[in-house]
Amino acid sequence: MPSAAPAAAPSAAERFSFRGAFAERAKKEIAKYPEGRGQSAVLALLDLAQRQNTRTNCVTDAAVETIASMLSMPRMRLEEIASFYTMIHRKPVGKYHLQCCQTTPCMLRGGDRIQRCIEETLGIRNTETTADGRFTLSQVECLGACANAPVVQINDDMFEDLTCEDMERLLAQMKKGEASKGMPKGMPKGMPKEVLKPGSQCGRRGAEPREA
Amino acid sequence: MLKDKDRIFTNLYGQAGVDLASSKKRGIWDKTASLVKKGRATIVEEIKASGLRGRGGAGFPTGLKWSFMPEHSTLPSYLVVNADESEPGTCKDRDMIRFDPHRLLEGCLLSAAGMGAHHVYIYIRGEFVREAEVLQSAIEEAYAAGLLGKNAAKSGYDLDLYLHRGAGAYICGEETALLESLEGKKGQPRLKPPFPATCGLYGCPTTVNNVETIAVVPTILRRGAAWFSSFGRDKNHGTKVFCISGHVNKPCTVEESMSIPLKDLIEQHAGGVRGGWQNLLAVIPGGSSVPLIPRTLCETALMDYSSLQELNSGLGTGGVIVMDRSTDIVRAIARIAHFYKHESCGQCTPCREGTGWMWRVLERMAEGRAEVAEIELLLQVSKQVEGHTICALGDAAAWPIQGLIRHFRGEIVKRIEGRRLAEQPPIAAQ
Repeated sequence: MPSAAPAAAPSAAERFSFRGAFAERAKKEIAKYPEGRGQSAVLALLDLAQRQNTRTNCVTDAAVETIASMLSMPRMRLEEIASFYTMIHRKPVGKYHLQCCQTTPCMLRGGDRIQRCIEETLGIRNTETTADGRFTLSQVECLGACANAPVVQINDDMFEDLTCEDMERLLAQMKKGEASKGMPKGMPKGMPKEVLKPGSQCGRRGAEPREA
Repeated sequence: MLKDKDRIFTNLYGQAGVDLASSKKRGIWDKTASLVKKGRATIVEEIKASGLRGRGGAGFPTGLKWSFMPEHSTLPSYLVVNADESEPGTCKDRDMIRFDPHRLLEGCLLSAAGMGAHHVYIYIRGEFVREAEVLQSAIEEAYAAGLLGKNAAKSGYDLDLYLHRGAGAYICGEETALLESLEGKKGQPRLKPPFPATCGLYGCPTTVNNVETIAVVPTILRRGAAWFSSFGRDKNHGTKVFCISGHVNKPCTVEESMSIPLKDLIEQHAGGVRGGWQNLLAVIPGGSSVPLIPRTLCETALMDYSSLQELNSGLGTGGVIVMDRSTDIVRAIARIAHFYKHESCGQCTPCREGTGWMWRVLERMAEGRAEVAEIELLLQVSKQVEGHTICALGDAAAWPIQGLIRHFRGEIVKRIEGRRLAEQPPIAAQ
């Protein structure tokens, strides 16, 4: 019987390394912790790897490999961590990650209607990505902005006090905005301000009582 | 009503700037050195005398907690600030961080000085990306101005402070899970003892405090323990930031005196219950972990630890979730059960298996697809989860369900019987 072929070393294209600003940030993150405690930076590094991967917005096998060796951690520990924390993705995520809160405070303010609006407009259900790979919908648990419910987080930004009309408008703007401008490159995975205005959609600054 | 002059969080709504210069105008970082120089023992005594209890949900006396930190240790001591705010109904720490970050940083210096810690980590939940950016720039400003680092604020005290971002896990708000996560592991709670004060972060003496707890410390030290303890009833002192969400006319976060009547809080600050007070069904007064209370009890409830405990509920984080009569109460609690199922770390069997089981039964009950006898079974199972797990997530999953059965058993029965009647084949008239 032929013996199993040894695993091929990853080719240059498959290898992962932090580049430019991401490499700087990775170094800074590790330096936050005492000597020999660099493993504390694992979540930060996984997050950076995910941000650097603007093609599929997830942590690739090659990135796991690299971070494991940077922090002297067994690969399996990284896989465990990646599956434990909801913000670390091992599978591709769309350019726009719509995270729709459905926990009770949002549910009471119509969070289910917002999710239905996204589902109907984009033709995807929870955990699915549109065929063009641009939008991913995730139903998430409490985002911690309950006095501004219902809330959807899109990439790094919270969109609060939403109505279905707001959501439809935002979706239309995202579709149009991306076509004309493309997503911003670099560290923050947020919206260009001229495309989408994050925060309260009814004009509140924070969680102050809304003027009647 | 709390007077404006007695507010600690004077920029809770972002009326003013968050930068250092604007923060100084609000009195932050004013003669901080003189407060640090009061010394460790004096700071702890002052906090003890103020009656401050932890604002993260458990309500443990803060000064007492600090006093557990060793006086002389060969190991470094840590202060870890819990900004992993994820309790459904709670959104106060977020506003403190994004609108008043320097208040928190000054609190870190003074609290660290009160427990002999020279290293601080602020663990902020991963989803708060923009809030983390605001806090990070405040940290950089404070370092540049000499308010953090060596001889912080010219107090002679050295303090290093770092921001650590989580990555989406409610359980990391539990203090030992938070420490595990901070060490680069899965956030699974540790068995206690040893308590963090003896063996915490990296095995060193550590105190974990909520953002609000730390942020009120500078004002207590400035205005005195007697001022702080003049608010609220005995054992329930101080001011507290409440978050009011759900079926109210004006959901908001607001700082108020402890022991304010729940009804006043809702009517004076949140614009009242949608459709009027009579339209109220129930309130979850302290974040999703505490049992709901029906309208009749809301009439007299005071927003403090003791009053809500007497009503078989709790003050928790002060996240008030209001539900009017249009609410499908069984579904609302089933949704909370789903939350705990999703967030269970999977370490202890009663919680890992129990949270999913309880959620599935509640989902059936919400549709009436259950037997009346199952209500008692659900209650029993919730009691087998409660108190039988390493951390309090098991309790937090059990309590809302117990509260539902305590006050709305009739509603569940009605649903089960309604479904049974609807499904009965019509009897032929013979």
